[in-house]
Amino acid sequence: MAVHAALADLSLREAAARIRTGAMTAVDLVRAVLARCDERDERLGAVLARGDESALAAAEAVDRSLAAGGDVGPLAGVPIGLKDNICTRDLPTTAGSRMLEHFQPAYDATVVERLRAAGAIPVVKLNCDEFAMGSSTENSAFRPTRNPWDPSRVPGGSSGGSAAAVAAGLCAGALGTDTGGSIRLPASFCGVVGVKPSYGRVSRYGVIAYASSLDQVGPVTRDVADAALLLGVIAGHDPRDSTSSPRPTPDFAAALDDGVRGLRIGLPREYFVEGMQPEVETAVRGAVDRLQELGATVTPVTLPHTPYAIATYYLVATAEASSNLARYDGVRYGRRAESSGGVEEMYRTSRGEGFGTEVKRRIMLGTYVLSAGYYDAYYVKAQRARTAIAADFRRAFETCDVLAAPVAPTTAFRLGERLDDPVTMYLSDILTISANLAGIPALSVPCGQDAGGLPVGLQLLGRPFDEATLLRVAAAHEATGDWPERRPPA
Amino acid sequence: MTGPVEAVIGLEVHAEMLTASKIFCACSAAFGGPPNTNVCPVCLGMPGVLPVLNGQVVDFAIRAGLATHCTIQPRSVFARKNYFYPDLPKGYQISQYELPICLGGHLDVLVADAVRRIGLTRIHMEEDTGKNIHDADVTGSLVDFNRSGVPLLEIVSEPDMRTPEEAGAYLRTLRSILQYLEICDGNMEEGSFRCDANVSIRPPGATALGTKVEIKNMNSFRAVERAIAYEVVRQREAQQAGEPIVQETRLWDADREETRSMRSKEHAHDYRYFPEPDLPPVAVDLAWLERVRAAMPELPAERRTRFEQTYDLRPEDADVLTQRKDVADYFEAGVAAGAAPKEMANWTMTELLRLIRDEKLDRALVIRAWPITPAQLAGLANLVADGTLNRNTAKGLLAELMGTGLDPAELVRTRGLAQVSDAGAIEGVVAVVLRAHPEQVQQFKAGKDKVIGYLVGQAMKASGGKANPKVVQDVLRRALRDG
Repeated sequence: MAVHAALADLSLREAAARIRTGAMTAVDLVRAVLARCDERDERLGAVLARGDESALAAAEAVDRSLAAGGDVGPLAGVPIGLKDNICTRDLPTTAGSRMLEHFQPAYDATVVERLRAAGAIPVVKLNCDEFAMGSSTENSAFRPTRNPWDPSRVPGGSSGGSAAAVAAGLCAGALGTDTGGSIRLPASFCGVVGVKPSYGRVSRYGVIAYASSLDQVGPVTRDVADAALLLGVIAGHDPRDSTSSPRPTPDFAAALDDGVRGLRIGLPREYFVEGMQPEVETAVRGAVDRLQELGATVTPVTLPHTPYAIATYYLVATAEASSNLARYDGVRYGRRAESSGGVEEMYRTSRGEGFGTEVKRRIMLGTYVLSAGYYDAYYVKAQRARTAIAADFRRAFETCDVLAAPVAPTTAFRLGERLDDPVTMYLSDILTISANLAGIPALSVPCGQDAGGLPVGLQLLGRPFDEATLLRVAAAHEATGDWPERRPPA
Repeated sequence: MTGPVEAVIGLEVHAEMLTASKIFCACSAAFGGPPNTNVCPVCLGMPGVLPVLNGQVVDFAIRAGLATHCTIQPRSVFARKNYFYPDLPKGYQISQYELPICLGGHLDVLVADAVRRIGLTRIHMEEDTGKNIHDADVTGSLVDFNRSGVPLLEIVSEPDMRTPEEAGAYLRTLRSILQYLEICDGNMEEGSFRCDANVSIRPPGATALGTKVEIKNMNSFRAVERAIAYEVVRQREAQQAGEPIVQETRLWDADREETRSMRSKEHAHDYRYFPEPDLPPVAVDLAWLERVRAAMPELPAERRTRFEQTYDLRPEDADVLTQRKDVADYFEAGVAAGAAPKEMANWTMTELLRLIRDEKLDRALVIRAWPITPAQLAGLANLVADGTLNRNTAKGLLAELMGTGLDPAELVRTRGLAQVSDAGAIEGVVAVVLRAHPEQVQQFKAGKDKVIGYLVGQAMKASGGKANPKVVQDVLRRALRDG
């Protein structure tokens, strides 16, 4: 048990290195994380599906290949968790929805193909808010996920299962998706590293769409170097995703140790909001001070259109969602309600039963936004606001290399605390959604804990396709403390 | 308003493009096939899949736009048209809306020997839907998604047509152009060329448009013409009876020859169009445009004019000959093989077009396997022109020549089929015929000149069809006059 516990907490790099050198087998590692799931997930609720058999078979194949002197990938034998809106051909994919409760895709998402090609082993499918709509993972149709640091608290959302699983060692690393903060918020709440790449950096093929112009897949890991490694594996142009960028993928790990001397860090005034939990502000400002001590310059900047971000997001994202979720109609796959009436009634009952409250709320909102007579007032105006928000960042990056800010105004809140108040729930994303609207990369890296021991995340935002600088700053910050070693209580 | 009315007609054509693969995935776009065999996660609208634009679709759209004098837009945008229907797997159709690829063109169409210019509003690219099948399974309806994602061009005319005939001529001209461009096979029965009509009426000379009615479900050119004609009468009668004309969609019922209301404006869909976030805007630069332009074939209108001028053909004949590119090519090949253009034109328009109809050759977009080659038909035309064969014998030979590749002159020689024009040889036959038909001879002499036709026929028959009918008639008249 003790051995297993240790193995399950290894970093991706360390685990991959030990397997490659024969210090341990892939089968040992997969068994270790499965044992960790047995041990902790009943309480956490992070895992929606486990592929014990397929994972062990894949691990045996890696071990055999290594024994035969074969060429294995950079993640050979490493067990990975996937947010359950990422399609896998050997594990069901539900997007946290009753609508897709028993849905088994016939295909892997591109990111899954790339993980497998690198030798990684998809081992668990991880809980999330239904169709990635939420900030707490309480909108999962199956069960809420709890924060490993305090089970009475949420892990954040919508990739709450991914962040909780990585924090608790249920997998060595995970993928999440981030449409308005859905990787960064749970990473911050669970004390792990989460990266939302630039829009177009990572293929969306096979990722169940919530808001197509905002969605991105990104890594959730226990330290910055793991995030760089995992991002490098999944990034790059995909001919199956026309919005994926043809830019070459840099070696994200190469510059991690280059430090921050001479880098210009901007502090967006609008991101240090009134009513922010004081410990959050203290932790973030402390992290920025340490970066300054390491040679970075720090200047205040302004992003004047920030107040429009929430409204803009909830117009754009819901409009796209209302269309993206139209395919769940009970005709070809997914839930079909028993109905004796015609096809209209079948649609109504299937969708009525299959979707949860928050999903319905967003479909209705988005349908309204796109309706004749309202389109110009809402959708078109939101696109203009989006352009203005992106222009704010462009101006800021004329004088700064990265921006530093909190991820959220508070640490993890209690389960149920914001469920009856959607607007307060939406405000959890106030500091993260602008990056999605602008398409820029952003990440969350642990920078402290509040009085109750709950993690605080530092958010770093960068120029489009400049994840490398973000990761470098994050690595420099990480080296000022012992953040990766701080694990939640067992 | 009880006076005369003018019809105002605009047409929307959906043309299925003959690309190898579908518009947003690699599945075959071929027509037919067992249900749900040309499908993949993308055209089935499975979770998480994304569209990737087939570049050939853009090529075809540019071709169509250039051929119809449209402006090709350097930047056009796909949009989602949202509605629920079982044959629409994503719950939206990817189409173009505010920014289509082609804007503002025209077509010159020939109606009653006059050229009418019909404006084109736009041409855009979109995906086709699947097909619901209601009668194959007793437990419910089935859906075949083979057609889902087959690329379509939607070609929208201005409301520039005034008669059903103009609408028919516009459609035939448009189809002919698309066939020349090898974009669409133009088969209305199989649905690869579909047409909806917008029809309204107004007093002649008025500029404001009346309330328009959209007519759907017309699956032949004739149906389009009949439906429009019916609808104009229906609207005029409604107006005369003081009933309002409501904006609505009506279906043409070909059996009952009437249009029936399907849905009114109040029940019209709100399609909630918005730009497709999964596809970047389509950017067509000058190089792309020039590449397509350089590969453009000669189009029917240009060819028609050239035929009139080069071959001295009548405009209506040139029009008939140029409606299909393969037929026009055939005609020119025959001329190249030595036939006189007017003779070749006649043989092509009568015999070849009949052959195409009888053998249903026009199911192919481009007829390549001709049962009788242009050189063979040219050879026959020459044998008639130089008096070697009479026209009937020549037509009789057509069936024998089909599929053989034989030289008609050679066949005529080996069979001894050459026409007999020697008056001496014919005199004997004529003498026999006159003896056998004394009654007709009497009638003729009594002034019934028409009976000569009967006697010519008898003489032709007696000669085994080989006699030159003109010489027969001359010899007959001489014998009757002298006898």
